Amino acid sequence: MIEVQDLRITFNAGTPLENQALKGIDLSIPEGQFITVIGSNGAGKSTLLNALAGEFLSPKGSISLDGKDISTWSMEKRAPQIARVFQDPLMGTCEDLTIEENLALAQARTKTRGLGTAAKRQFRQHFMNKLKLLQLGLENRLEDKIGLLSGGQRQAVSLLMASLQPMKLLLLDEHTAALDPKTATFILELTKNIVEESQLTALMVTHSMSQALSVGSRTIMLHQGKLALDVHGESREGLSTQDLLAQFHKNYGEVDDDALLLS
Amino acid sequence: MISSFAFFGALETGFIFALVALGIFISFRILDFPDLTVDGSFPLGAAVAASTIVAGLHPLLATLLACIAGSIAGVITALLNVKLKILHLLASILTMIALYSINLRIMSGPNQALLGVETLLTPLDNLVIAGTEIPYYIAYPIAFGVLALVVLGLLVAFLKTELGLAMRATGSNPRMAKANGVNTSAMIILGMAISNALVALAGALFAQSQGSADVTMGVGVIVIGLASVIGGEALLSTRTILLWALACVVGSILYRIVIAFALNGEVLGLQAQDLNLITAVLVTLAIVAPTLKSNMKSKLNGVRR
Repeated sequence: MIEVQDLRITFNAGTPLENQALKGIDLSIPEGQFITVIGSNGAGKSTLLNALAGEFLSPKGSISLDGKDISTWSMEKRAPQIARVFQDPLMGTCEDLTIEENLALAQARTKTRGLGTAAKRQFRQHFMNKLKLLQLGLENRLEDKIGLLSGGQRQAVSLLMASLQPMKLLLLDEHTAALDPKTATFILELTKNIVEESQLTALMVTHSMSQALSVGSRTIMLHQGKLALDVHGESREGLSTQDLLAQFHKNYGEVDDDALLLS
Repeated sequence: MISSFAFFGALETGFIFALVALGIFISFRILDFPDLTVDGSFPLGAAVAASTIVAGLHPLLATLLACIAGSIAGVITALLNVKLKILHLLASILTMIALYSINLRIMSGPNQALLGVETLLTPLDNLVIAGTEIPYYIAYPIAFGVLALVVLGLLVAFLKTELGLAMRATGSNPRMAKANGVNTSAMIILGMAISNALVALAGALFAQSQGSADVTMGVGVIVIGLASVIGGEALLSTRTILLWALACVVGSILYRIVIAFALNGEVLGLQAQDLNLITAVLVTLAIVAPTLKSNMKSKLNGVRR
């Protein structure tokens, strides 16, 4: 269970460039819920995910996980509970390390690291089985540097890495946006499978409204740093993107970037 | 040609500076932290070892103390960067400058001679194995060579542990490392400690092999170390961590041999004072060589087509 209360993030506070990216977000995420997040550019979607991951150490408002306030926890302290996949396929993996080493690094996300061998023999078969599920032939390339793979392949491995260990929250920040349509579909399917299989609590940012409604069990829309819409349960079933936009306009009037929302 | 005496001398210095190269390999390559502290931590190691040996400390303990002093210097640079957010390059320059004064304090003067006292190398001076006397100029390089290889082995083994992997991720992609639970600040502090401990060890050994420590002996150590690392990388493979570290050691040896050749005889008319000039040229060549090579290749291929 994740509780976000009155979360406010301001960039360049007190300067002419001051930008209030989040202006008081209240959000309660029950365990096992898969939420899709939409909103136009600058709405605060990525900022919300980054705040949950721990990139801003002194936010106003609070973030709590299973009743424990984690607002002041660093990214690495939150990492055992919160896994993430970045938008940039190159960001989620270490190009200088091999596929096996990248997986080993993610395998150790939930534990204290010591002087034991990182790429243990006993993990190898486990990694190969996981890689086989991707159907990209990567199970035979464990010792290749991950920098040799394509963006799509690296994103698939990133997703796999994030899901190697249990977590309380999975953050997916437009993780299919930088990929070609075919690969994006593949990664999205993979995401759905992984989230469903392990009953993960997840937040997925997407630019596609139809995708936001077809994936997951709840959809929230951010607008200018605030929660603009929140649909789930029966009211979400059968909802079309037109309905969603109509609801949004009822609350906020016309917006000039419908095109972005409708994609 | 160079005399065998000069050749063994080059090997000896090469193996000592291989430790510097390995230290620079950790800071510059593994952590992606351009660290100039080494120009201060090399003479620091020498000063600590020489002063404490003269004061009566066992040479082994003195050398160990030098390593600890070096690691503290590395930690200070890391803290300046990680905690006070000072740019890494500047942080290391600050430590380096401060160490100059500290080294003068340690030695109570600009230098400290080690004449007539027992050092780590004294047992090698009259080494007799199976009835054959092994001259010191052969025994020294062998001893330093063994040490360099042991350090290389330990270092490579460490880089393959969970902590070592976390350190490599810290240098390669810090944001991803943090997302996977790596405390990147701690990794930088640890890496810089190891790096400068190795450099100080080299300083301590160099002082004992030369018979003195001098406050100016650190000048240009960073460039020599980089010359070894970059030269080794240009000539050998960096495909695995083991090969990469090995390239640094080999680079250090080759650098000394090239220098010995360049300064030997009247062929090029070069003399000892030209050392730094030659080093700068070598580093430039090593950096440019890979690009030149691929440019030439593509040009040749173009002509063939």
